[in-house]
Amino acid sequence: MRRVVQNGTVIDPVNGLEANLDLLTEEGVIRELGQPGGFASVEAQRIDASGCVVVPGLIDMHVHLREPGYEYKETVLTGTQAAVAGGFTAVACMANTNPVNDNGAVTRFIVEQARSVGLARVFPIGALSKGLHGEELAEIGEMIEAGAVAISDDGRPVMDANLMRRALEYCSMFDVPISVHEEDLHLSSGGSMNEGPTSVRLGIRGVPSVAEDVMVARDIALARLTGGRVHIAHISTRRAVDSVRQAKAEGLAVTTEVAPHHFTLTEEAVEGYNTNAKMSPPLRLADDVAAMKEGLRDGTIDAIATDHAPHHRDEKEVEFDQAAHGVTGLETALSLTLRLVQDGVLSLSEAVQKLTMNPARILGLPYGTLSVGRPADLTLFDTQASWQVKPLASRSRSQNTPFAGWELTGKVRLTMVDGRIVYDDREQEGQPA
Amino acid sequence: MTFSQRHFLGIEGLSRDELLFVLNTAESFREISEREVKKVPTLRGKTIINLFYESSTRTRSSFEIAAKRLSADAINISASTSSVNKGETLMDTARNLCAMRPAALVLRHPASGAPHLLARLNQCPVINAGDGTHEHPTQALLDVMTIREHLGDIHGKTVAIVGDILHSRVARSNILALTTLGAQVRLIGPPTLLPPEFSRWGAERHTDLRAGLAGVDAIMMLRLQRERQTRNFFPSLDEYARRFCLTVEALREAKPNVIILHPGPMNRGVEIDSRVADGPYSVILEQVTNGVAVRMAVLYLLTTQERLATRDQSVANGQAVGQEGSDVQAEPSVWDEHTLPKRAVGQ
Repeated sequence: MRRVVQNGTVIDPVNGLEANLDLLTEEGVIRELGQPGGFASVEAQRIDASGCVVVPGLIDMHVHLREPGYEYKETVLTGTQAAVAGGFTAVACMANTNPVNDNGAVTRFIVEQARSVGLARVFPIGALSKGLHGEELAEIGEMIEAGAVAISDDGRPVMDANLMRRALEYCSMFDVPISVHEEDLHLSSGGSMNEGPTSVRLGIRGVPSVAEDVMVARDIALARLTGGRVHIAHISTRRAVDSVRQAKAEGLAVTTEVAPHHFTLTEEAVEGYNTNAKMSPPLRLADDVAAMKEGLRDGTIDAIATDHAPHHRDEKEVEFDQAAHGVTGLETALSLTLRLVQDGVLSLSEAVQKLTMNPARILGLPYGTLSVGRPADLTLFDTQASWQVKPLASRSRSQNTPFAGWELTGKVRLTMVDGRIVYDDREQEGQPA
Repeated sequence: MTFSQRHFLGIEGLSRDELLFVLNTAESFREISEREVKKVPTLRGKTIINLFYESSTRTRSSFEIAAKRLSADAINISASTSSVNKGETLMDTARNLCAMRPAALVLRHPASGAPHLLARLNQCPVINAGDGTHEHPTQALLDVMTIREHLGDIHGKTVAIVGDILHSRVARSNILALTTLGAQVRLIGPPTLLPPEFSRWGAERHTDLRAGLAGVDAIMMLRLQRERQTRNFFPSLDEYARRFCLTVEALREAKPNVIILHPGPMNRGVEIDSRVADGPYSVILEQVTNGVAVRMAVLYLLTTQERLATRDQSVANGQAVGQEGSDVQAEPSVWDEHTLPKRAVGQ
């Protein structure tokens, strides 16, 4: 089947493209890009992208799909429904499922689930340690053969520095990054929000920034020692961004990502004991938010990733210190990123790069570009349309967003994976083909 | 003036006028506890539920006595004997208790913000009787009431708060109340228990007990939780006591007419020497007496506001409101027995 996406503005950072172009897909592959109207004679289904930007399908390198084991929070189906509604055509899901994804069988199960659902592409991230216990290496090679694209104990830091060293050395033979949740558990000491003026006022035990800073510094030192690839997950502090900037200047294989909530909100969102503003790492101070924007602007921060962490209402409607960590993010990430474009932090093309090309490169995926011959994974969005965040309208099985009620700008109109329309919100057209 | 808060969750957010209004209300209630028959019918027919998730002697009995002296029916529920043991969540417990139509829910809970969670249910007024390391507003009120009684106007007075400031809900509520009323607050303790953020609240920080006590009008000692030692906030109780125990010698630094407060329960010989605790400057038992008056005031103000708000609904439901009608114009004179409707007296 052929489709022509016409009258839109195509942005493809890999090819340095930002122009009004039409795009022809055939048999699930990008066949050709041409001047507007250039495919007028081609027999194809026409998708009108007037007023829209056409970008490579977005890639979220950090989500929690909760399957297997926590299907009451999210499943591969509901998670990828939320993904494609948010413009994501590929997601990488963390290993803290039940059973933990620490062996090839669980990895294969997730890959199979995603295949049968057939919405966004799902790339499992395998556990670094067996059972996420931080003691023995998980069966890394087996998971990679089964489709894992990175290794991580996300949700938990690797407190044992020697285990981290061995993991970096071992993974170098597969050329996959190790994504690290940076938190010194002795320093965070059971805290449930940022340690700062708000935690002192609310009487909540705080997680100091330094709990992240020291672990980032440690893992950069281990990257230097081993030559291994360290990817700092959900970076949140100014000092951590500074450390990554220095590591990159030194030429180390260190990359990082930031979650939209960390470049949008401060610890004050916790006010009133709002458990939907509780996540790990916690929301920090205005100065840290500014550092996230600086890091995005100067390229220190490679990618924007949601850390989409769905939790059931029962796990959030409890005392603050007992509430689960995490917020949903797949459906709000693009709009929150576009705020950075509106504020002049990033150009639209740079913003797209951090949601497509960069995560694809870090994970070694052949996506995140509109190059001819590549799979037709693409997203159409209207940069001007505004919408209100309504948690109950979310495709995710959970509603734990700190952005409830926010008016956001930028609406996904259509998402395509392998040339198939997996999400369609165009006003004039009907249901997905 | 009226008191417009639906819930009583903390000192934070209360204006100077509101604080003074509650304090004045409490002071006019104090006399009831001095009577031979310590009971007025003000809250007759109302139920107050004390829901305590932490052990407490003073606060719980104080709320219970306050409710009973106002003729309310007081029910005490403690976590150890309730469905909490069966895994019921706080919200579900609260929903069920609210379904029994209490006039107010008094909550003591180890988690900061727990009363705020119940307040969001918004089914009945919630009174914070101490939440985690956040606030203990009625304690601060009774402390301020006691200081006022001895020293007059709080404005311009210097009050030292000594001990584990970091984990103290009593300290938080008192810093807010005292600074709102114009007092100077000094916080004294080891740096590990004295977060720098409190400077933003206008409080001075001292790590030397004697220097911190120089010239103060009142000293508020905090209870030191023994378990803090195991988390390395200080090396030992002995070493803590050597530096921060309020002794007769340390007391000499303060003003000659200084008063000493302690929210209890005391660790004698750790944060306070018995000669000081039981000495002439101690007002610790007066605090307890004032606590009843403060809680009577808070129960009164919250549950009568509630009545004002729901009266129309009661009429619609065909409930008898005539009996309550005459004390709806509730102003501070209402608890004076003589102004109450005749038929309410002696029933």
